[in-house]
Amino acid sequence: MSDQFPVTVTVNGTQYERAVEPRLLLSDFLRHDLGLTGTHVGCEHGVCGACTVLFDGEPVRSCLMFAVQADGHEILTVEELGTMDNLHPLQEAFREAHAVQCGFCTPGFLMTLVPFLEENPNPTEEEIREALSGNLCRCTGYQHIVDAVKLAAEKMGA
Amino acid sequence: MTEKYVGQRMTRTEDPRLLTGQALFVDDVEIPGMLHAAFLRSDYAHARLRSIDVSAARNRPGVVAVYTAEDMEDAWKPCPPLVIPPPTVKGVLFHARTQVPLVKDKVRLLGEPLAVVIAESRYIAEDALEDIVVDLEPLEAVVDLEKALEPGAPLVHDDLDSNLAAHLIQKKGDYAAAREKADVVIKRRIVIDRCAAGAMENRGIVAYWDEKSQQLTIWDTTQAPIPIRNGLAGMFGLSSHQVRVIAPFVGGGFGPKVMMFYPEEVLLTWATLQLGRPIKWIEDRRENFLATTQERGQVHDAEIALTSDGRILGVSHTFIHDTGAYDPYGLTIPLNTQSHAMSAYDVPNYYSELKVAFTNKMIVTPVRGAGRPQGIFLMERLLDVAAKELGIDRVEIRKRNFIPPDAFPYNHEIIDQAFAALVFDSGNYLAGLEKAAAMIGYDQFIKEEQPRLRAEGRHVGIGIVSFVETTGVGPYEGARITVETDGKISAATGVGTQGQGHFTSFAQVIADQLGVSPRDIRLVTGDTSEFHWGTGTFASRGSVVAANAIHAAAKAVRTKILKLASKVLEAPEEELELVDNQVRVADIPHQSISLGELAVMANPLRGAVEPGTEPGLEATAYYGPQYGATASGSHAMIIEVDPETMMVEIKRYVTVEDCGTMLNPLIVEGQVHGGVALGIGNSYYEQLIYDENGQLLNASLADYLIPTASEVPRIEVGHEETRSPLNELGSKGAGEAGCIPVPALFAQALEDALADYDIEILEAPMSPNKLFALLQGKEKE
Repeated sequence: MSDQFPVTVTVNGTQYERAVEPRLLLSDFLRHDLGLTGTHVGCEHGVCGACTVLFDGEPVRSCLMFAVQADGHEILTVEELGTMDNLHPLQEAFREAHAVQCGFCTPGFLMTLVPFLEENPNPTEEEIREALSGNLCRCTGYQHIVDAVKLAAEKMGA
Repeated sequence: MTEKYVGQRMTRTEDPRLLTGQALFVDDVEIPGMLHAAFLRSDYAHARLRSIDVSAARNRPGVVAVYTAEDMEDAWKPCPPLVIPPPTVKGVLFHARTQVPLVKDKVRLLGEPLAVVIAESRYIAEDALEDIVVDLEPLEAVVDLEKALEPGAPLVHDDLDSNLAAHLIQKKGDYAAAREKADVVIKRRIVIDRCAAGAMENRGIVAYWDEKSQQLTIWDTTQAPIPIRNGLAGMFGLSSHQVRVIAPFVGGGFGPKVMMFYPEEVLLTWATLQLGRPIKWIEDRRENFLATTQERGQVHDAEIALTSDGRILGVSHTFIHDTGAYDPYGLTIPLNTQSHAMSAYDVPNYYSELKVAFTNKMIVTPVRGAGRPQGIFLMERLLDVAAKELGIDRVEIRKRNFIPPDAFPYNHEIIDQAFAALVFDSGNYLAGLEKAAAMIGYDQFIKEEQPRLRAEGRHVGIGIVSFVETTGVGPYEGARITVETDGKISAATGVGTQGQGHFTSFAQVIADQLGVSPRDIRLVTGDTSEFHWGTGTFASRGSVVAANAIHAAAKAVRTKILKLASKVLEAPEEELELVDNQVRVADIPHQSISLGELAVMANPLRGAVEPGTEPGLEATAYYGPQYGATASGSHAMIIEVDPETMMVEIKRYVTVEDCGTMLNPLIVEGQVHGGVALGIGNSYYEQLIYDENGQLLNASLADYLIPTASEVPRIEVGHEETRSPLNELGSKGAGEAGCIPVPALFAQALEDALADYDIEILEAPMSPNKLFALLQGKEKE
């Protein structure tokens, strides 16, 4: 068995202390050690963006990081964004604009877009498409996602 | 019966779970004591297995078991074929050769599994793969389709005389005679290559045999949970009631997830029966490229015969279809190609000779489109070449050949993928094309905008094509609907869901019949313990076959409700209405009873039940179509090509879609958008590149380019609505339409944008590199 290293990490406001193998991916740690399965894994080579989480507020691909790298850091996942009865305005906009089909890529899009809208609360379509271009979706053709971002910007600006 | 919900742009009831990360996908299943599997896969496409030594792997701490083909003993057998062409197809030759759970003697495709490791974690299982010593003797690989059928080619299956998997000729009229009479005969060679489905969720399975309850539970990313259940029960000698297959939320299907059986499905089931512990296997993305089925490879030698005024007299093509190393899916895809080669046109004479070739490549089964894009590409390309040669406008030549709206049902006189006569039920193809031309401003662009931009030296082009999509084929689907005692409705159907919004659109159908809100309906799809008759989600059949089964079940429940309410309210049935979760007398609204109260009365705890009645307000119903409902449409786009980089900018993209009654136009439009995006990938960015050894050179998402939000433009969707006369809802499928005409559209638009180079595009997918090569040696005129 490989050596285990202690990790202290704050995820969605809760501090976790765990001992993990140094090779354990952050995505596997979140999903299987902490049971936060809302973060999805689509490629494990950093292309699809489905596993995007916020790492100290910045979007990162959790499949390209090791859990040990999160030691002492703060992570936000889709579970923290909103609840079924009280959706985040971005989630609400995704629903209203029909930006979700199979929903597998959706958490990654949401976690990419939260900081984007904070930095750019009034984006143009071109800026939105640029922001989305690091996340793959095979179902929607992106159009309703673009519409949802516009709608969210309106909701959040209001 | 007013349609209050069907046809509404309702937002989806399933979205909050998906948006908050609460939806269950297969990889989210966690069971105490669960083990993890990893597969050792062949690095060669064609090789003889000399020996395999797994002893070191078995000794690694944390490894529970390692299995090879030998370890399976009598349980090792080739998987049963999924679809076999029936002998009623005249003169068909078909050699069924199906995939095996683990390689026993010979590797026939890259990535074919050689052994499986079961361990306490996936990390340990993958470590143990490195411990396995395998001796493979590489053999010459069969990669090229045409070379596969040449005499002396290496054999994929040693027991056959050649790599010919199937041979079939379909005819309508007399093409040879039509050719004699033709003013023009155009002959071209058309090549279409493979692409991946590229669902964002890779495949996955959790299998758990509980020895104490004698129950086998399988969570599977399948599009066809019921056939998986039936097959696994049969394979392992269990009663079908001992096996529960659950297809929970599935992260995109697009065809390959309907394949069965994948070796992993058989092996995990077999292994959990050996070990009595739950086992999980989740495909990684590289495996998805190597171990999930693919589609599209075909080579056509095609001809079209026309009169000088552009009327089609006949079409003929001889083609080779690549089935990969095995052919579990029978002839579905090439039959679909034949079913779409005449497309929306009145083709009086047709000749089609099909040869299916085994190759040392991944098995071919349907990928969204399923043989249709190839047929449409063939016909639309031939028409474009003909239009150019005859000096007829592209839109005009199509208009001259459409099947007219009064000619339905129109019999194409060949058989379709369901082995039924290829009959188109309804359509209005001219209206669709005219609407698309109007939406994109075809005439104005050709006459004014394009000449002006060309004068500025810009390479702008327009494309406009038409297509049909055969949808909603049999055999059948079913549904059960129950009024619960709290007045809510439970519904279950056998098809699984991979993002099509069934939870919402099916609920809309039920809501209209039962006078409830779609939000009051709990719908379950894809769980064999909830409903266990059916086939699956494929061939754009959800909104046709499953929705009409739902509709029939809802009507049957409505009948029961009215019958009981009539007694209780002492009013004739025809005076009752179902509104706001209650039944009331139409003229006396306060004389009413809630659905919940009625449901209690329908299932009494004491008292006599009338003979011949059934308890509860529940009904099960089925729908099976006589033949498929044919959807249709036209796509148009304006592009600009940068002749230095060959990059294409899509400036406008227009679709007109006719899928009959739309249960939910918002969902239909989403399907169209996604289909077009996949089509754009299939046309210009995506292609699976195999080298001469059968190595897949771009088996990652970094090398295999799925379009992003930067490549996919805004898509303007128009609708025509020609109700299908075959089913009560009038619906036709819409799932695959979006992707079908895109390669043909791209080819035409690229030729138009680069008209000064006078190129002809006869292959799909194209790419910037291929376009560059095509322009080499072409002097700009």
